[in-house]
Amino acid sequence: MWRFLTWRLLQAIPVILAVITITFFLVRAAPGGPFSTEKAVHPQVQAALEAQYRLDQPMIQQYLSYLGDLVQGDLGPSFNFPGRSVNELIFSGLPITAELGLYAMLVAVLIGGLAGVFAALKPNSLQDYVPMSLSMIGICMPSFLLGPLLVLIFGIWLDWLPISGWGNSPGDKVLPSITLGAMYAGYIARLSRSGMLEVLSADYLRTARAKGLPERVVIAKHALRGGLLPVITFLGPAFAGLLSGSFVVETVFQIPGLGRFYIQAAFNRDYTMILGTTTFLAALIVFFNLLSDVSAAWLNPRLRYQFKKAS
Amino acid sequence: MEMPKGVSLWEDASVRLRKNKLAMCGLVFLVVMVLLCLITPWIVPYGYEEQDLRLGASAPSAAHWLGTDIFGRDMLTRILYGGRVSLFVGFIATFVALIIGVTYGAIAGYAGGKVDSIMMRLVDIMYALPFMIFIVLLMVVFGRNLVLLFMAIGAVEWLTMARIVRGQVQNLKQQEFVEAAVSIGQSPFAIIWKHLIPNALGPVIVYTTLTIPNVMLLEAFLSFLGLGIQPPSSSWGLLISYGVESMEEYPWLLIFPGVALALTLFALNFLGDGLRDALDPKASRD
Repeated sequence: MWRFLTWRLLQAIPVILAVITITFFLVRAAPGGPFSTEKAVHPQVQAALEAQYRLDQPMIQQYLSYLGDLVQGDLGPSFNFPGRSVNELIFSGLPITAELGLYAMLVAVLIGGLAGVFAALKPNSLQDYVPMSLSMIGICMPSFLLGPLLVLIFGIWLDWLPISGWGNSPGDKVLPSITLGAMYAGYIARLSRSGMLEVLSADYLRTARAKGLPERVVIAKHALRGGLLPVITFLGPAFAGLLSGSFVVETVFQIPGLGRFYIQAAFNRDYTMILGTTTFLAALIVFFNLLSDVSAAWLNPRLRYQFKKAS
Repeated sequence: MEMPKGVSLWEDASVRLRKNKLAMCGLVFLVVMVLLCLITPWIVPYGYEEQDLRLGASAPSAAHWLGTDIFGRDMLTRILYGGRVSLFVGFIATFVALIIGVTYGAIAGYAGGKVDSIMMRLVDIMYALPFMIFIVLLMVVFGRNLVLLFMAIGAVEWLTMARIVRGQVQNLKQQEFVEAAVSIGQSPFAIIWKHLIPNALGPVIVYTTLTIPNVMLLEAFLSFLGLGIQPPSSSWGLLISYGVESMEEYPWLLIFPGVALALTLFALNFLGDGLRDALDPKASRD
C-alpha cells in the first residue's frame, strides 16, 4: 500500500511540473503584457516596474527563480493588485470555492446516489424511469443555462431565494450549490444504478439473503459497499470538473471565489496570478485523483490484495 | 428450400437501434435541426443583422415566432444562424479529435511493447492536466480565433478516443485474420487501415456521437464566458449569455436559445446511448 502511494505521489510531480512549465511559457508568449496600457508610462517607471517583477531578466532565469520561490511556497506578487501577493488572493478565494464545491458535492452524492440506488431496486419500472430521465436532464443541461434558469424561476418569478452573492443573505448558497452539483448528481445516479444492478445479482448477495438477513440489511450493509464503488472512482474526476464548473457558477452568481479570480486574472493578463492559480488548481486536481484512487483501493478487497502482493 | 439469410452485425445493430424510441427521436430531431440550419439563409424572412429598432424587444408574435431581441432582431433567425456555428464547431472539432485519437490509439495498440507503454503514459499524464484551464488560457493569450478553438477542443477530446481504439486494436491484433494479413506480407499501415480500424468502428462511432455534445458544451461554455465565438458571429452559447443579461425583462431571449441548445444536447446523448446499446450490447448503460 505504501509503495503504491509513494509511486502515485512520484507520478504527480512531472504532471505538476509540466503544468507550470507550459503555463509559464504560454503566458509569456502572449502578445501584450500587464503593463502595456494605453497611457504612456515614463520609461524609468516602466523599467522600475519590470525590475520589481523580474521581467528584465532573461526568460529562463525568470523561470528558474519562479520555480525556486514556488518550492518555498511563494507564488509571488500579483501584477494586477499591487501590494498583494498571489498567495493572499488565492487564500481569500479558496474557502469560498471550497465551500461551494463541498455543497455541490453533497448535492451530487446525496441526490444522485439515492436516485441511482432507488432506480436499481426496481429496474424498468416507473421508479427507474423517472429518476433516470431526471439524471439525463442533469447531465445535458449546461450549468450556465441551468443557473440562470433557476435564478429566473426561483429568484425572480417565485421570489423564494436570493439571486446572487455568497453568505450575504440567508439561502443564497442554495441555488449555486444545486447548479454546480446537478450535472454530477446525474452522473452519480447513472453510475450507482449500474453498479447496484451488477451487485444485486452477485453471489455474495444471494449468500447474505440465504443467511436470512432482512432485505434492508442486505442492501445497506452488503450491496451499497460494492455497488457504490464506481461512484468513488468517479469522485476524483468529478472534483476536477467541479473546479472548472465553479468558473461559470461563480460568474453567474457573482461569488468572489477562486474561479472568478482565475477568469479575471486571465482577462487582465495578470501573469503571476494566472500561473499561481493554474499551479494551485492543477495540484488540487492531481491530489483529488490520487485520493480517489487510494480510496477505491481501500474499498475494493480485490484491488487491496493486489497492492499487498505488489508491495 | 430457402436458405436462411445471414444477418450482418450492422443490420442487427440497425434493427436494435430502430427499436429504441428515444434514440430514434434524437436522430430525427438532429436531422431536422441540421437541415434547418443548413438552409437557414434561404428560408428565414429576416436578415441575421436586420434591426427594427421601433420594435425593440418584443414577445413572440405571428410576425416573429420567437420574439425579437433588444435591437428588434428576429430571434428565430438568430437562433438558426447560431445553430449553424454551434453545430459546425461541434462536428469539426469532434472530427479533429477523431482523427488524432484513432491514429494515435491504433499505432499504440498495434506497436505494443515499449512504444505502447510510452504513448499511453503520455495520455495518462495529459488526462491529469487541467485542460479547461488551459483552454481558457489559450483563448485569452492568442485571441479568440475559430481555428484555435477547434484545435484546442480537439486536442482535449482525443484522449479517450485514443484509449478506446488502443484497447480494441490490442484485442483484434491477436486474431487469426490479422495473422493471415501479416503472413501474406501486408504492411503494418495496410493492416491498421484495412483490417483493424474497420473492425474497431463500432465503439468509435458510439464515442464520436457522445463527443459531439461535449464539444458543443465546451464551445458554449467558452462563448458564454466571452472567450469563444465573437460577435458579429453568433452561437447558442453567445445568445444564452446575451439572454442572461436581460432575462428579468425579456425571459424569451434566454429561454429559446437555451431550449435549442439543451434539446440538441439531449438528442445527441440519446442517440449516442442508443448506438451503444445497438452496436455493443455487452457494454452496460452507465
